[in-house]
Amino acid sequence: MKTGDFQQDKVVMEDELDPIERQVQGDYKYGFVTEIEADEAPKGLNENIIRFISAKKEEPEWMLEWRLKAYRHWLNMKEPNWANIRYEPINYQDIIYYSAPKQKVKPKSLDEIDPELRRTFEKLGISLEEQKRLSGVAVDAVIDSVSIGTTFKDQLAELGVIFCSMSEAIREHPELVKKYLSTVVPVTDNYFAALNSAVFSDGSFVYIPKGVRCPMELSTYFRINAENTGQFERTLIVADEGSYVSYLEGCTAPMRDENQLHAAVVELVALDNAEIKYSTVQNWYPGDKDGQGGIYNFVTKRGICRGVNSKISWTQVETGSAITWKYPSVILKGDNSTGEFYSVAVTNNHQQADTGTKMIHLGKNTRSRIVSKGISAGVSNNSYRGLVHVSRNASNARNFSQCDSLLLGDKCGAHTFPYIEVKNNSAVVEHEATTSKIGEDQIFYCNQRGIDTETAVALIINGFAKEVMNQLPMEFAVEAQKLLAISLEGSVG
Amino acid sequence: MLSIRNLHAGIEEKKILKGLNLEINAGEVHAIMGPNGSGKSTLASVLAGREHYEVSEGSVEFLGKNLLELSPEARAGEGLFLAFQYPIEIAGLTTTNFIKTAVNEIRKYRGEQPLDAVQFLKMMKEKMALMNIDQSLLSRSLNEGFSGGEKKRNEIFQMAMLQPKLAILDETDSGLDIDAIRIVANGVNKLRNKDNAVLLVTHYQRLLDYIVPDFVHVLYNGQIVKSGPKELALELEERGYDFIKNEVNAAQEA
Amino acid sequence: MNTIENIKERFQELQSANGNKLKSLEQNAFDAFNKMGIPTARHEEWKYTRIGNVFNKELHFKPTSTITPQELDQMRLPGHENANEIVFVNGIFSTSLSNVRSKELTVKSLKEASAGEFSEIVSKNLGNSNRYSKDGIHALNSAFAHEGVFIHISNGKIAEHPVYIYHITDARETNVLAQPRNLVYVSERAEIEFAETHFTLGVSESFTNEVLEIVVEKDANVSYYKIQNDKEQSSQVCTTHFRQVGKSYIHAVTISLNGGMVRNNLNITLEAEHAEAHLYGLYFLQGNSHVDNHTVVDHVKANCLSNELYKGIVSDNATAVFNGKIFVQPHAQKTNAYQSNKNILLSEGASVNTKPQLEIFADDVKCSHGCTVGQLDEEGLFYLRSRGISEDTARSLLVHAFAIDILEHVKPAILRSYVDKLIFERLEFETS
Repeated sequence: MKTGDFQQDKVVMEDELDPIERQVQGDYKYGFVTEIEADEAPKGLNENIIRFISAKKEEPEWMLEWRLKAYRHWLNMKEPNWANIRYEPINYQDIIYYSAPKQKVKPKSLDEIDPELRRTFEKLGISLEEQKRLSGVAVDAVIDSVSIGTTFKDQLAELGVIFCSMSEAIREHPELVKKYLSTVVPVTDNYFAALNSAVFSDGSFVYIPKGVRCPMELSTYFRINAENTGQFERTLIVADEGSYVSYLEGCTAPMRDENQLHAAVVELVALDNAEIKYSTVQNWYPGDKDGQGGIYNFVTKRGICRGVNSKISWTQVETGSAITWKYPSVILKGDNSTGEFYSVAVTNNHQQADTGTKMIHLGKNTRSRIVSKGISAGVSNNSYRGLVHVSRNASNARNFSQCDSLLLGDKCGAHTFPYIEVKNNSAVVEHEATTSKIGEDQIFYCNQRGIDTETAVALIINGFAKEVMNQLPMEFAVEAQKLLAISLEGSVG
Repeated sequence: MLSIRNLHAGIEEKKILKGLNLEINAGEVHAIMGPNGSGKSTLASVLAGREHYEVSEGSVEFLGKNLLELSPEARAGEGLFLAFQYPIEIAGLTTTNFIKTAVNEIRKYRGEQPLDAVQFLKMMKEKMALMNIDQSLLSRSLNEGFSGGEKKRNEIFQMAMLQPKLAILDETDSGLDIDAIRIVANGVNKLRNKDNAVLLVTHYQRLLDYIVPDFVHVLYNGQIVKSGPKELALELEERGYDFIKNEVNAAQEA
Repeated sequence: MNTIENIKERFQELQSANGNKLKSLEQNAFDAFNKMGIPTARHEEWKYTRIGNVFNKELHFKPTSTITPQELDQMRLPGHENANEIVFVNGIFSTSLSNVRSKELTVKSLKEASAGEFSEIVSKNLGNSNRYSKDGIHALNSAFAHEGVFIHISNGKIAEHPVYIYHITDARETNVLAQPRNLVYVSERAEIEFAETHFTLGVSESFTNEVLEIVVEKDANVSYYKIQNDKEQSSQVCTTHFRQVGKSYIHAVTISLNGGMVRNNLNITLEAEHAEAHLYGLYFLQGNSHVDNHTVVDHVKANCLSNELYKGIVSDNATAVFNGKIFVQPHAQKTNAYQSNKNILLSEGASVNTKPQLEIFADDVKCSHGCTVGQLDEEGLFYLRSRGISEDTARSLLVHAFAIDILEHVKPAILRSYVDKLIFERLEFETS
């Protein structure tokens, strides 16, 4: 075959790509690697590694004990296999459990942070600089395993708001950490939560004192940079009586051929009349179009509405990761409490997502609302898995769930596994789900009005996801919408 | 027939009716008018015995009985009928079956023999002709997929079938165009006689063009603040409710 | 001896007999049973239904029990004068009590059918139900398959007489384990109506583990009515497995009113384009009964339609479980699949666990599912009462109104009035 023939073939192929596919093939923008020296633990996991991590973090003895207890429990646990996901067995001895960007001295202020690191975050569109003040977002940036800096700390401190890295919280606010850590996600909760408890290296800690309405969005940006590392961050947010906080997290990782494990734990505690709004834009590297590489995102997120009239709202836009296994949940313990879950999950190429929520109604007059929008393209599989549980004493519980799936192409899968358990006869629970594709008539209608197919698809997908996107804070909504477009760039015919 | 004395009632913690007095005799048509939130629908609900409404004070006597002690169905049995502002839809229950059950339950309450199928059908045919209502409407599920006008006509048809002593029409004109109002009003007028009474609850005067009241009462802030002949309705229409509010507020200040 | 030992003994006894072409199928099934055992709550398909308790009572095979025709008369469904009647007593086909009126029908034991002219049909289809019921219970039934019955309905024939299938358990003397097995083959252009029901005599415990497989050929039309109104000591797992191997039409209605622990597995695989399946279910539960409906609708080929509506009314301390799966396999484009499950809870002790599940691998499909759990509408109740209807009657009317869109799918008038009567009795009970 002559070279010319080959090239001609290629042109034909590109022409044949329908707009959906073209959109789908948009490249991962955040796949660069930052050249920073890292301070790493050796590969593998044993008690010494845990001691190493704990020592690196200058942790008190109780914390080390806590970790070791989790580790010993983990050794006796089995990796869960019930989710609708497939992957090669993970070799837990082939992972580096601690990696920190090496900095000559510990930064006392943001100005002292390694410029290379700062540039990394700027590339990601996250500025650690004061200009963020304008958009009113305080940022904690976590690279590989450690927090590299938190902005606006002092301003927040004036209000009594604590926003710092988890390691700092363990040192500076041990009484709060002891009081709340693992009260929502017990150390033994599940395989990945136990692993996280043993080896977590950092994450964010937030405490909003009584009656304080946190004046700015708090945000953590996670980035996996180093090779062969796992990221195990731990986040704990406590909203004391009558307080309010909106928290955002974003995640990216470089393009690498091997899979990397991300096993985070997030715990939220809302006391009487408190409200926590937690938004995630998850854009970990999803692997290439042949399914090579990408992040295994095995995350446990759970909140408890412990007090009366409290509210926890999860919003997630999931576009990244090779595999996502995550069920941000709410335990509605306080009377009149409210739980919400809004999710857009996009899977493309070989991505697999098994995500959803659990709403556990325990208190009286509790309300929950679930809106899940799944978009599948390529040869991906996208599953919604949810539980609505109304216990015997949870009188007047209300739940409404809406789970919609959109399929782009005939090689992907969309699945819905809702579990509904009702043990109280004053409950009203409604679940609705639909599966559809983008209609030719919809596209034609747009075309006829002068809108090209690609734009039409974007419009339709945005419309499909709108109810969830509307829940995001402004700063994130724009980014998330762009991300959605990039993840599916080009898709429909 | 109906005697309401110093009625205080509300829902949950909220007090809505605050000392309402009203006397209705057989053969009369009364209209209760008032701005939104004055307690009109609460009055209708309390009289019919809707759950969650609590009476804290006062009495309601209906044909010599303490109405407030009776269950909703016993009130219907005694001859009280409420035409709902928003008639309820019940899928799977045909209108005919519903009305037949109601007719016979009320007969049972009164110690009368139930109507057999033939008697019931005969009665239904009569009333259908009177109310100008179509058979097809009655074989459908109760109110399901009915238009606003059809629902209200169905209410009046039920009134014809149940032959109440006192009919309370709760905002029966709301959401209807003039033609539909005329049809509904004609139905009500045909059912009026010297032994029964009608209580119209309405925001607008226009229904009163078709069902002419003997007395008009203005309900404001949970009390009847003004009563008069039918001309009072016209005055309200012209001057709006504000003049009543002003009068009341002025009186209170004085 | 315990139940499991009884099962092993009976299996060995039957396997020693000669001329059983189903021997290897049975042996494999028995091995599978031994390996998998009785499913526990850890088995995803048995998460909400504890079947283990049923086996804790010592159950016996009672293949020789006899029922007199007079006793049968007490249990026959209305319209039996005009029906083909297939009677099982303690899981074993009774030739003397059964009555085949239609010449379009051939009824043989599966042992016979697997050897004669129908051997190909049997070998191709028997045990296909294994696809969705991968558990020890299903395997246990298959281990005794040759005792079952094969029913053949001829080409192009409309059976004017419906087929009534009775499962009679004689638990007058001892606890009974019964395992009826049926394979039905509905040939091209045939039309047939089935009604199936269970009765128990006596007050001892019983467990019926039934598998009914129905193969439906091109242009055939099958209606199937299952009426469950047995005693509270009678538990059952009933697997009804339809294969639509040709473009055909299925109408299945399951009415569950009484029983101990009842588990229904209703599977429908649409294996030919333009096949159509309609599934309806009503469970109206009281006491401590536990009814679990698992349905699978598997769209294997393109252009098929399925429509499913299950409704439940649960009172006292009863528990209802619904698990509805819709699969749309790759290339099953232009599938229309709808599923809905609606429940009302009438009492404080009542529970519902529902899991409507979609698994979709084709994009050009219209699929939806929905489920609700709630109670009688208070506004509706007040409306009825304000018209003079007593509270009890009003509740009955509302419950009946809720059930009606299932009841109206019981198309044969004679069965409809029978079911109406049962429902009516239940409503009177509810309101007393």
